[in-house]
Amino acid sequence: MPIPDLSAELAPQLAVELGLKPDEYEKVVDILGRTPTITELYMYSLMWSEHCSYKHSKKTLGLFPTTGAHVLQGPGENAGVIGVGDGWAVAFKMESHNHPSAIEPYQGAATGVGGIIRDIFTMGARPIASLNSLRFGTLDNPRQRYLFEGAVAGIGGYGNCLGVPTVGGEVYFEEAYEGNCLINAMAVGLMREEKLTRAVAAGPGNLVVLIGSTTGRDGIGGASTLASQEFDERAEDKRPSVQVGDPFEEKLLIEACLELLDKSLLVGLGDLGAAGLTSSASEMASRGGVGLDIDVTMIPAREEAMKPFEYMVSESQERMLAVVTPENLEAVHEVCGRWGLRSTVIGEVTDTGRFVVREGENVVADMPAATLAHDAPVYNPAKERPAYLDEVQAFDPGTLEHPATQEQLGDTLLRVLASPNVCSRHWIWEQYDHQVMLNTVVVPGSDAAVLRIGDTGRGEVTGRGIAVSTDCNGRYCYLDPYTGAQIAFAEAARNVACSGGRAAAITDCLNFGNPEKPEVFWTFYESVRGLSDACTAFGVPVISGNVSFYNESFGQPIYPTPTVGLVGILEDVSRHCTMDFKHEGDAVVLLGRTTHELGGSEYLKVEHDLVAGRPPKVELVSERLLCELLVTAIGTGIVRSAHDCSEGGLGVALAECCIAGGVGAAVDLGDTLPGVAALFSESQGRAVITVAADHFEALKMLAATHATPCTKIGTVGGDRLRVEGMLDIPLAELREAYLPTLERLVHGER
Amino acid sequence: MRFGVVRFPGSNCEQDVVHAVRYLGMEAGYIWHGDTDLVGYDAIVLPGGFSYGDYIRCGAVARFSPVMAEVVRFAERGGPVIGICNGFQILTEAHLLPGALLRNTGLKFVCKPASLRVEESVCQWLDLPAGTVVSVPVNHNEGNYICDEDTLERLRGNGQVVLRYCEPDGTTAEGGSAPNGAFDDIAGICNERGNVFGLMPHPERVVDPLSGGTDGQAFFTAIAQRIASVG
Repeated sequence: MPIPDLSAELAPQLAVELGLKPDEYEKVVDILGRTPTITELYMYSLMWSEHCSYKHSKKTLGLFPTTGAHVLQGPGENAGVIGVGDGWAVAFKMESHNHPSAIEPYQGAATGVGGIIRDIFTMGARPIASLNSLRFGTLDNPRQRYLFEGAVAGIGGYGNCLGVPTVGGEVYFEEAYEGNCLINAMAVGLMREEKLTRAVAAGPGNLVVLIGSTTGRDGIGGASTLASQEFDERAEDKRPSVQVGDPFEEKLLIEACLELLDKSLLVGLGDLGAAGLTSSASEMASRGGVGLDIDVTMIPAREEAMKPFEYMVSESQERMLAVVTPENLEAVHEVCGRWGLRSTVIGEVTDTGRFVVREGENVVADMPAATLAHDAPVYNPAKERPAYLDEVQAFDPGTLEHPATQEQLGDTLLRVLASPNVCSRHWIWEQYDHQVMLNTVVVPGSDAAVLRIGDTGRGEVTGRGIAVSTDCNGRYCYLDPYTGAQIAFAEAARNVACSGGRAAAITDCLNFGNPEKPEVFWTFYESVRGLSDACTAFGVPVISGNVSFYNESFGQPIYPTPTVGLVGILEDVSRHCTMDFKHEGDAVVLLGRTTHELGGSEYLKVEHDLVAGRPPKVELVSERLLCELLVTAIGTGIVRSAHDCSEGGLGVALAECCIAGGVGAAVDLGDTLPGVAALFSESQGRAVITVAADHFEALKMLAATHATPCTKIGTVGGDRLRVEGMLDIPLAELREAYLPTLERLVHGER
Repeated sequence: MRFGVVRFPGSNCEQDVVHAVRYLGMEAGYIWHGDTDLVGYDAIVLPGGFSYGDYIRCGAVARFSPVMAEVVRFAERGGPVIGICNGFQILTEAHLLPGALLRNTGLKFVCKPASLRVEESVCQWLDLPAGTVVSVPVNHNEGNYICDEDTLERLRGNGQVVLRYCEPDGTTAEGGSAPNGAFDDIAGICNERGNVFGLMPHPERVVDPLSGGTDGQAFFTAIAQRIASVG
């Protein structure tokens, strides 16, 4: 029994301050059969926060398909794992670090990368790639420029030092993210299948060892006060809740932990993320069905006079928790010591099932370990279709005046190419080391990143590869969450297919507003339903993910943003594809069909400052056939370039292929659609590819077997992009619109 | 031919160098920073990365690693030593090469292909005709080479400037072609004897054609041929 330190009157007050609801507090009292201590209240409030417990989302997430032929580990662990062939396995997961980054962008983004990387090597996998998905307000606002520049620098600063290449990502700038930016980080790791490790504590009498950094007061309450509440004018006061990262320490942790696992010196390994020691220890204990007994006075502290609860909930970075048999302890100390890392015994595994925390002689917390991790209340939030939907969906783009002359259409294309949501991202990825480890086959700037499967350091390289992409168009999700979420999946699958990869599994990061508002929860539910239906249609499971609620500022939710991180497999990595037009005389081919769909388009936003209408329709069966066609055709070696059509439509896709290849093209889109629709409609299920002119017939036959429209629309060549009767622009002007824009905007220029 | 690749805490390109060397059919092994035995290695590589987290200054702590005293002796005996990126920074901190690497003038980390012009030099590590242009990626935050005017004169006079940043056609742009603001567009220098070579770009990234290109192969093969011919 712990020594009581709270009166029955004070305890409920503290509980509310820590974010527990009154009935949640009552449940804690029921479990303990007494008034909780301060330490216990902190531990429960964090573990039962939305961020750690998924109490509002758990039921809905049950819609996701999570099994499949490739799956070695589905949701519920630090990361999901799939087999990619020849005994190799890939672990991956995406996670949000939105609120810390909105307060301190460099450290928020950096520790977001650090946290997701730890999730990966906790599974026994060496991190081999990092990606991200970012959302900010518009760059005419200096605060947004500060957030954007800081987040990019933080992602680079951390990942570059680790030696893990940052190979891809996406970014959008929309007013809806003005008060609440999104920083979603994804990491991918590689291991041999037999090295798959789970974060489980087992074996009473085994020792609990803390590895890595010292523990301080940084990040206290991050999961509850930052991640599980909306922002208001007091947001700045929350800066002390943001953690500070040390990538050098993390690099050493990666090497030491992988060596410890390789030598089979550990019983279990978990990382300290949100809710720090409380979370990792209670989850490891409950998975193993055991108890833990921890003494906070054994924990190396970086500050003086820390209270027991501070040790238990600190989110100091770069720490790992290991369970070690007494016989292996010396060997563990030896490995950690060689890497210059602390390793300290802070407690032991017990057979009581109870999580006991001591401060020397005194017990300060004593509770059933499983109740922290698993007994959080599960809510079934009310949902209601938001009223705004009828209004925005009723909008008919046909009522607007559209550009029609060749000159107007040409100018429009240049303005859409220069849109912050379309223009080149090279300013970002040139700040990221995207090549270290020498497995990056397709660097950022094409549809998806392609990585060779191999451990170059050990001389184990294979002919296999993976393609990875992160995608979500929040505008579509705002206009129709069900369709928008399906498009997020379809675009990721198309990007991966255009690179030569067959979709294998996804992770997701579901960013939404306050789930306690029925209108917000409806958008969440519809998005999950849409994403789930898309996964089912493709036979692709969700193997890991993260939910981030309370993304609101001053009562306004962000656009629903269910970001998809998709991993596809290439049987032969040498048969990959990029988007750049390569040879004069090649046939330019449109796969799929353009229809008149300007709702939610980049064109509407850029030219009419509107986010309205219905998003483009998505036909999952034809999407899947298109992806199959792309992978098969690329596999035969006849496809010389491939690029999917997304924001900005066919006009932007053609321009991007020309700019990347440094060569022009002459195209004829026919006259069935007006120029504005032919060029800027964002119809789904399309890709622009090139083949040698005499391979077009073979491609056409292949397309017919995949029931996919296949139209030769032009020829690569010259130094202009010419679309018959619609536009004619020199390559140099396309480059000038597309390439320098982002850097100019960051510097506050127009 | 066996390359020894030093692993400092925080190095992160050591496995890339080993892969590149093995790809070219030669041998490579890792040398722990705490070791002091270089026996069995024909050439030493100080790889890229963030040794000791770049604390104090890039390379400032690594130069005091036990292995560095041996590397200095190896170099003084005429043994071939190459420092790539962070390795170059360590070589200047260890005074095996003159000058220093400051923060990039753009104040941003920069990772992109750079065109390099091979200069007439005494460097034993390169055997390409002067004027050859190669494309090799840079990947650094502190690659802005600086030295005093006297040193620069000496470097020029002795043929110690090995590589300069340039445009793809080999010319130098007005105002310089360096992506980092480096003095005189210097991308790589060697010592007077030509056996110690430091450069900011990463030749190991352009050895395996699947993951970059082949322009970096010459940076590892020339020294091997020289050693083989000396016997």
